[in-house]
Amino acid sequence: MALIEFKDVSFQYPNGFSAVEHVSFSIEQGESIAIVGQNGAGKTTTVKMMNGLLKPTEGTVVVDGMDTRSFTAAQLSRKTGYVFQNPDDQIFHNTVGDEIRFGPQVLGFDREKTETLVKFAAQVTGLEKDMDENPYNLPLSIRKFVTIASVIAMDVDIFVLDEPTAGQDQYGIRTLETMLKILREKGKTIITITHDMEYVVNNFEKVMVMAHKNLLRVDHPRKIFMEDALLEESMLIPPYISSLVKDLGIKEDVFTQEEIIEYYLSRK
Amino acid sequence: MGYIELNNVSFTYLLAKRPAMENVSLSIEKGKFYAILGANGSGKTTLCNIIRGFIPNFYEGEMTGEVMLEGKPLKDYSMEDLAPKMGYVFQNPFNQITGARDNVFEEIAYGLENFGVPVDEIQRRVERVMEMTNTAYLAEKNPFELSGGQQQRVALASILVLEPDILVIDEPTSQLDPKETERVFDIIRKMKETGKTIILVEHKIELVAEYADHVIVLENGKVIDFGEKHEVLSKLELQDHGIVLPQSVVLADKMRKQGMEIEPKLVTRDELKQELQRKYGR
Repeated sequence: MALIEFKDVSFQYPNGFSAVEHVSFSIEQGESIAIVGQNGAGKTTTVKMMNGLLKPTEGTVVVDGMDTRSFTAAQLSRKTGYVFQNPDDQIFHNTVGDEIRFGPQVLGFDREKTETLVKFAAQVTGLEKDMDENPYNLPLSIRKFVTIASVIAMDVDIFVLDEPTAGQDQYGIRTLETMLKILREKGKTIITITHDMEYVVNNFEKVMVMAHKNLLRVDHPRKIFMEDALLEESMLIPPYISSLVKDLGIKEDVFTQEEIIEYYLSRK
Repeated sequence: MGYIELNNVSFTYLLAKRPAMENVSLSIEKGKFYAILGANGSGKTTLCNIIRGFIPNFYEGEMTGEVMLEGKPLKDYSMEDLAPKMGYVFQNPFNQITGARDNVFEEIAYGLENFGVPVDEIQRRVERVMEMTNTAYLAEKNPFELSGGQQQRVALASILVLEPDILVIDEPTSQLDPKETERVFDIIRKMKETGKTIILVEHKIELVAEYADHVIVLENGKVIDFGEKHEVLSKLELQDHGIVLPQSVVLADKMRKQGMEIEPKLVTRDELKQELQRKYGR
């Protein structure tokens, strides 16, 4: 049985606005998935249904055997951690250390487990030197890591990251990449919303493409970025190499820098 | 004499241990597009604030050196003189949106009202800028009910409508999807074509390579490189300073190392494409 199962899921906000319509997919334990699509495609609404922040108005969402409609968001949040798009929506403490420690304390972990988790969370997010800082003295890009660390410290199995790359510089992107690798090695399941297609190409083997409230496709990025009709419908701009290959009229399956070099060397 | 000149400018925020800006000298030409690059914390926003005069006016700290605008010290301009001349789009759109008005149309019109522009002209200018920034459908909405991306477009619109000669824009696309981001760069390009001077902070290097004329690279509050974009962005050693270079530069370097003959200083995808077509027929 899949870890996350969406069956014909729709969501309508109380004001009548429909954000997601008839979406079905499943995610296995340990998978790492990027969700891409325009603003307004339904990405954030979809992931909010994974930890019970929103409950489907039609269809069912089952997370680790739990039908989300029968459990509270608090119960579900032990399984699925959600890192908001705007870090300031979820920072409440005066120091980075307290902020990260809050989750495991509320969950009732003992002192030793709490400290081990906090240390690990700070380490993988590069925050060890900032533990005594007030989060609001740190740049927004680092505050995002504070919220990521807070979720890691809760020892959840499923991580949902909403646009972690927004506003990140090269240091931030590298930290994110290393962090993802470490979490995957620990068997965690990772779901990331992103607009950064280079980040997708470099870090994900499975991509969910959303557009106009629907899930259009789940596939390997190599396949997705070759399909013009799909890209057009979802208003996606392919990553650099895919765009260059298309500009040059190369028909072969060329997806990485190494592959394009090989293509030219073999033509000589 | 440049249009805007920074002469040996340093600034240390109150209580900060080290300067946020150190001995920066720059000369900015009228009508050109400058992109500021650098890691987070390198001083990009500080530099924008100095150029706009918010530092030292609204931030406590110690500033030395001088900023000149059209040959006159910036500190000799009154805020009333400067506001219509220089527009500043903040990194966080929340800081831009005044909330003094309860719908987007009036929010965008607010600056023009303050400048005493006649009502029919306000109407015309706001409508035009809403069309340009794809915010017309938000006209009746409360600015604080918008998504991050929508707020970012409204914040940009509220400055564009003032039609300032100089636009200082701090990461205008961080919340936008790729199509919206391209639209913003297209707007900036159009602004440049009407003779505006653009100073932009942006992490999206491919767009900087495509649209900017000159690049300013900061590290720890110092300018470590400044010049025409082809000259600056083709320097591979900038990668050692945490700067992401355009993929064309990185790919061309790898191609050369594999024995392919590729001209230096190609920074955009289109430039590399043309070179490949010229040399290899495809």
